Amino acid sequence: MTALLTIIILVFISVAIWQMVKIFDLAQAKTENTGVATDKDNTVNGYLMMGFLAFIYIITIVCFVKWGDLPLMSNSASEHGPTIDNLMIISMVIIFIVQTITQFLLHYFAFKYKGEKGKKALFFADNNKLEAIWTIIPVIVLAGLIIYGLNTWINIMGVDESDDPMVIELYAQQFNWKARYSGADNTLGKANVRLIDIDRANILGLDEADPNAQDDVITTELHLPVGRPILFKMRSQDVLHSAYMPHFRAQMNCVPGMITQFGFTPTVTTVEMRDTPQMQEKVTRINNIRVEKSKALIAKGEDALERYEFDYLLLCNKICGKSHYNMQMKIIVETQEEYDAWIKEQKEFKNSLIN
Amino acid sequence: MSAHADTHAHDDDHGHHHKETFVTKYIFSQDHKMIAKQYLITGTIMGVIGVLMSMMFRMQIAWPEQPNVLFEALLGKWAPDGVMDADIYLALVTIHGTIMVFFVLTAGLSGTFSNLLIPLQIGARDMASGFLNMVSYWLFFLSSVIMILSLFLEAGPAAAGWTIYPPLSALPMAQGGSGMGMTMWLVSMAIFIASSLLGSLNYIVTVINLRTKGMSMTRLPLTIWAFFVTAVIGVISFPVLLSAALLLIMDRSFGTSFFLSDIFIQGEVLHYQGGSPVLFEHLFWFLGHPEVYIVLLPALGITSEVIATNSRKPIFGYRAMIASILAIAFLSTIVWGHHMFISGMNPFLGSVFTFTTLLIAIPSAVKAFNYITTLWKGNLQMNPAMLFSIGLVSTFITGGLTGIILGDSALDINVHDTYFVVAHFHLVMGISALYGMFAGIYHWFPKMFGRMLNKNLGYVHFWVTAVCAYGVFFPMHFIGMAGLPRRYYTNSNFPLFDDLANVNVVITIFALIGGVFQIVFLYNFFSSIFYGKKAEQNPWKSNTLEWTTPVKHIHGNWPGEIPHVHRWAYDYSKPGHDNDFVPQNIPLMDGEEELQH
Repeated sequence: MTALLTIIILVFISVAIWQMVKIFDLAQAKTENTGVATDKDNTVNGYLMMGFLAFIYIITIVCFVKWGDLPLMSNSASEHGPTIDNLMIISMVIIFIVQTITQFLLHYFAFKYKGEKGKKALFFADNNKLEAIWTIIPVIVLAGLIIYGLNTWINIMGVDESDDPMVIELYAQQFNWKARYSGADNTLGKANVRLIDIDRANILGLDEADPNAQDDVITTELHLPVGRPILFKMRSQDVLHSAYMPHFRAQMNCVPGMITQFGFTPTVTTVEMRDTPQMQEKVTRINNIRVEKSKALIAKGEDALERYEFDYLLLCNKICGKSHYNMQMKIIVETQEEYDAWIKEQKEFKNSLIN
Repeated sequence: MSAHADTHAHDDDHGHHHKETFVTKYIFSQDHKMIAKQYLITGTIMGVIGVLMSMMFRMQIAWPEQPNVLFEALLGKWAPDGVMDADIYLALVTIHGTIMVFFVLTAGLSGTFSNLLIPLQIGARDMASGFLNMVSYWLFFLSSVIMILSLFLEAGPAAAGWTIYPPLSALPMAQGGSGMGMTMWLVSMAIFIASSLLGSLNYIVTVINLRTKGMSMTRLPLTIWAFFVTAVIGVISFPVLLSAALLLIMDRSFGTSFFLSDIFIQGEVLHYQGGSPVLFEHLFWFLGHPEVYIVLLPALGITSEVIATNSRKPIFGYRAMIASILAIAFLSTIVWGHHMFISGMNPFLGSVFTFTTLLIAIPSAVKAFNYITTLWKGNLQMNPAMLFSIGLVSTFITGGLTGIILGDSALDINVHDTYFVVAHFHLVMGISALYGMFAGIYHWFPKMFGRMLNKNLGYVHFWVTAVCAYGVFFPMHFIGMAGLPRRYYTNSNFPLFDDLANVNVVITIFALIGGVFQIVFLYNFFSSIFYGKKAEQNPWKSNTLEWTTPVKHIHGNWPGEIPHVHRWAYDYSKPGHDNDFVPQNIPLMDGEEELQH
């Protein structure tokens, strides 16, 4: 019933707006509205163009001032992070300059050369020099960006085996993450989803006969020792997922039927990151918001929101179904000693099976 | 060529004697002008549905999991107690994307203006095949009906995102919408592609064969160049999507494994082996990226025409404009991989695609600068079409520039699939193409319906839309840079993003205002069809041939002989002429030289 009423109200509102537009329309019936712009229209819209230019500049400034100090453009927590951030900042500066100038020219010309009766435009059809200038300048700028960008890309994606990276598998399924550590041999045991045996708690489909699999460790939290190169091998058991670790500037899709990889070296422990002034400021801001929200919740008789404490996260960033929005895993970067202590407490694969 | 055109005219004169019934005139019409109107009105209706969907999911993003009477009324069982369900959220996002990209900005834009303008601007009696043209429209109509009907399925419509990546789209157990909903989506798109191909072939053949005497390729208006090249890209890339859709149908229904391998879902291992979802991504984006230009090029073509006419100046760099259209078309077919930098394909391929992708910025920059130079020292007539064209150049620049970040594989790692991408492509192809469509409607409404749109309503429509478009999509870049993934039903499970919630509220408010204000346009459009001021033959004092046809539509377009063409389309404010425009059918004066463009 409420549904029907709402629809009726919606229809009435639409009709009301329609009628108001109609009144506006009819009110001009007597004026000379031929549908073609007059000098007055040109002037008014010319000024509005300048107003709009101001609006674009203001919205740019507001966005940069309010949200420009992004933790994700500085404060990266991986070794390659600063190179991406530098490239990002350079690109942003170039974009900002080009945007400011071209938008100015566009809107200023629209204002300056607004039409007047009897005026004649300049017949200016071509100029090879100008054309050459604005072909060559983008070529040079882009060449620089391409070289810098590709260099960065190759450095990030190339895995240097001589670094002896620690191999960890990230395993995705609707709608959670698992991590598999390769154990003392630093080699992941063979696995295929066809070998999954829920009754024996072989949830990732490891090959029970493979000697490399015996000391693998499966966890639901991702602990990383700081300063150690990590090579992630991604797998998915059902649909596409994407392992997105924004603080480490890392992302790779998890594709059923194949193994993908991404490597990085974490450089800042969770504790250190929590202590940076920038992060503390952000956490305070978020907690203030949460306190405000909690007030409303308590008034409704619900529980207050928990206090937020910063943690690195692994998010799913490829649409994967109903609970895509809540597919996450906590990442903890810690010292080697803390890591060693933690991993020792975890069960090895051979001991986790149920017979 | 003229012999061709004349025999055609002869045929049509015979046709005149046949009696037209309501059905042959308004429904199964083979007249390109009527088919254009059919495309426009169908596209508009689909557009209203697509925009309403976006308004609904924007409300969910701003006020997550809040009861909303609107949801209760419109979504029924998908909004128990008025709270939007997570499944239907994904479905709305999916169908919004599908409708806007294909049904509004491909069929609605190209279908309308290619059909209307190609014969009129090149001086032809009609399309090369009126019958195929009619079939093309009715296939489009059928595919629209199927897509809309899929909204009413028990398990919901397709919900795997408009890119329908398998395995999510292939496995009914992965998601409610991947059952019958996805089947209908695929069937609808297959029919849509057939429609698009028939249309494109017709446009290509018509432009090549039916130009009037004197209409050489280098005298064609830039609109026609844009439509022509768009049709070529469509013919190259749409069949690839069709093949992807057919293979996906096989995987879904006949047990093949083109895109699927090693899947364990809901407690069982599926039989699929040896396929790869990455293959689907390649096939999809081989259409998907050119599709961006299928959407954008016609809008840019319309803008070229509108800006030149209303600046009372020749378009600056006519040959450079053609060259840049061709360069964009060529590059657009070799950049698809920039959607897949982190899909698991070889990083070396990523490097290649970064290179080709950033190259596209060059012809795009040439176009933007040429538009700006066309305005310089013009005598700008600020008609609503002109405003939308200037608006297009503005959003094209703003949206295009962030492409430099997304096209760079290293930077893409961290903003891939975040709201940064959403902001980028909505500005550069969504809003820009929509502005192009609006510019086309305001400019050629007199040609289509013989009446004028109310310009003051047009001004209100433009300014509110322009402010709202920036209000929605500019801040969106920043929540993307803060790492917020797209297609999240709610962000409340991530306290990390709590401080972005108020940005989302601002965006939604702009979206709602902008959406509701489209009523101004709809009113203007539908009431002016019947009650608008009667149009003159050439209201904008334009040079192109369509304005030499009578206001009242006739079969065959020109009552007498088709005019011959003696000059290019951009002799505006040419020195030595009294008027500030010289239509293409006016012969050169004694001693006048045609510009060596």
